[in-house]
Amino acid sequence: MLLEIKDLKVKAEDKQILKGLNLSVNPGEVHAIMGPNGSGKSTLARVLSGHPGYEPNGGSVTYDGHDLLAMSPEERACEGVFMAFQYPVEIPGVNNSYFLKAALNAVRKHKGLQELDAVEFLALIREKIKLLEMDQSMLNRAVNEGFSGGEKKRNEIFQMAVLEPRLAILDETDSGLDIDALKVVANGVNALRNKDRAIIVVTHYQRLLDYIVPDFVHVLSGGLIVRSGGKELALELEAKGYR
Amino acid sequence: MTPVAEQATAYAERFAAFHNEPAFGSDRVRAMREQAFAAFAANGFPTSRDEEYKFTNVSAIAEAPFGCQGAAEPTRKALEPFLFDGAIRTQIVIVNGRLSKTLSSMEALPRGVTVDQITDAVTAAPSAAAGVLATTPFVALNTALFGRPIVMMVPPHAKVDEPIQVLFVNTPGEHRMMAATRLMVVAGELSELTLVESYVGLAGTGQGFTNAVTDVILMEGAIVDHYKIQRETTTAFHVGAMFVQCDRNSNFTSHSFATGGKLVRNDVFATLDGEGAECTLNGLYLAGGDALIDNHTSIDHAKAHCPSHEVYKGILSGNAKAVFNGKITVRPDAQKTDAKQTNKALLLSDSATINTKPQLEIFADDVKCTHGAAIGQLDDDAMFYLRARGIAEVDARNILIHAFAGDILDRIKIDAVKQRVEKVVYAALGAL
Ligand SMILES: Nc1ncnc2c1ncn2[C@@H]1O[C@H](COP(=O)(O)OP(=O)(O)OP(=O)(O)O)[C@@H](O)[C@H]1O
Ligand SMILES: [Mg+2]
Repeated sequence: MLLEIKDLKVKAEDKQILKGLNLSVNPGEVHAIMGPNGSGKSTLARVLSGHPGYEPNGGSVTYDGHDLLAMSPEERACEGVFMAFQYPVEIPGVNNSYFLKAALNAVRKHKGLQELDAVEFLALIREKIKLLEMDQSMLNRAVNEGFSGGEKKRNEIFQMAVLEPRLAILDETDSGLDIDALKVVANGVNALRNKDRAIIVVTHYQRLLDYIVPDFVHVLSGGLIVRSGGKELALELEAKGYR
Repeated sequence: MTPVAEQATAYAERFAAFHNEPAFGSDRVRAMREQAFAAFAANGFPTSRDEEYKFTNVSAIAEAPFGCQGAAEPTRKALEPFLFDGAIRTQIVIVNGRLSKTLSSMEALPRGVTVDQITDAVTAAPSAAAGVLATTPFVALNTALFGRPIVMMVPPHAKVDEPIQVLFVNTPGEHRMMAATRLMVVAGELSELTLVESYVGLAGTGQGFTNAVTDVILMEGAIVDHYKIQRETTTAFHVGAMFVQCDRNSNFTSHSFATGGKLVRNDVFATLDGEGAECTLNGLYLAGGDALIDNHTSIDHAKAHCPSHEVYKGILSGNAKAVFNGKITVRPDAQKTDAKQTNKALLLSDSATINTKPQLEIFADDVKCTHGAAIGQLDDDAMFYLRARGIAEVDARNILIHAFAGDILDRIKIDAVKQRVEKVVYAALGAL
């Protein structure tokens, strides 16, 4: 098993958000998490990636046999945990490709791989950027600064393509995309599906699951997973709501 | 005795002894020096009651007099880190206020550019005006006591494409030592000049105090790109004033980098005194420990159709204190003024503080003046974003801090200079 979440409780600023959540994810699987606004979906994504604003106060998370919650955000990333942000952060003054090179080389170094030089890095990202049908010029802009909503989401998946995580958590990567961008992003994600990589997609819309077909669908409500099923559950939820 | 009288007495002896030295100068200079000393003696060093020094306590300078005896002249090797080798050939090196012929390299001085030490020239400088002497005590003290000035003249139409460095070295030796340095630059009509004015310190056991005055005069259409790099030791005092006079259609850009000193005060007084003149002031200052850095800038729009741009950024850690005061005056004749001012500070600790104040005095009606200030800490969201991609916490911090500083570094126009200044700034950031 790649990820095992047991009875996870998480609070932020004195508010208990996750209240005993269980979830198991095997390599190669795609899990969709749906649920009403404010139910704790992003909280789950953030706590898995090590956001310092969220404090686990019960339960455990085991990732590849290790205690995930004991690791720093950067260690988790280096060990292959990737979260696509619901709201990607703009970082003025930091060049996108410089940032990505620093990230990739940090991950490579952690894995004991040779760091890439500028030429090797450029060759790699030229290849990956095609997958997301992004303009090369985006590489030379500041990270997410002035990007449209769609560009930001593409940039997240582009980073995923470059960093090649083992566990990707995509937090509403489909929200706010037009249909073309949605297809591009979904194709990008599908291209990254393989037997070793697990993906958790958080979404409000069944439509995304037409493009990224999940193995499991879960309903997160009130800080708990209240239902789980196959991909047909999403259709039912869309028709009947979460009740 | 009152503190003011004590301060005056403390320097009176040095001033009296100075009369007998050749550097004291001709009769005209004498009059200027006497007037300056009288102005200093009347008011002494500023106190916090003085509006211009409200947040900058200079009692550590005022409490005991500074002599003029420094340590021996350093070796060329000791200066190597400051010479920007490879980027700058012409080096005018001033040690403790005195030009060093052996350490300077003037062979490559661009054709037509002259450097001499005629004290008389200074009497015509904006810094020597009676009003200036009466209101700026450090300038008054400097004017009374400076040795031979450095006077650089760029002839009309000369295009000096290679930067020239004037390097002021302070080597305090065992005592409290004040170097009163004086630089005057006249850029002739339609001339072009890149000037790097550096202040460095070599650690001694004594206390070094640099009291610097610079005048830059731009004749019609002159273009001057000026760099001030202030990187003295962590115990040094530095009080510098730069007076810039811009004639019609001239263009002055200043890049100020301040990375070192216990107490640093920089004043810039720029006067846009001809239509179409343009002035840009960029600044980056770093302070840590219990250092204090104060930047006071004043841009005086005296004539119409003059744009001015100003961006100052500070990075503070520890218990450092900073002051930024940006004054913009728009005179009644200065219609169509377009003045923009921004100042930002990044506080890396909870105990670092900044006092920042824009000061707009506008007497014309058809003008555009904007100012903005932003003070903040490192963006937590950005920190998390970088770390969530695998970048270690210290590296993430550095990336964000460098990005903040990069905004100013990127404005350096000459690549070779930029690379070297970047190194200086990054090293100073590493030590914060
Ligand atoms: N840092 C925080 N401090 C305090 N409360 C928080 C914090 N983060 C989230 N919350 C609260 O916790 C609840 C769950 O938030 P979360 O962002 O996880 O929901 P979500 O399921 O992702 O919602 P959405 O579908 O709108 O994105 C909400 O009520 C939210 O206001
Ligand atoms: Mg959410």
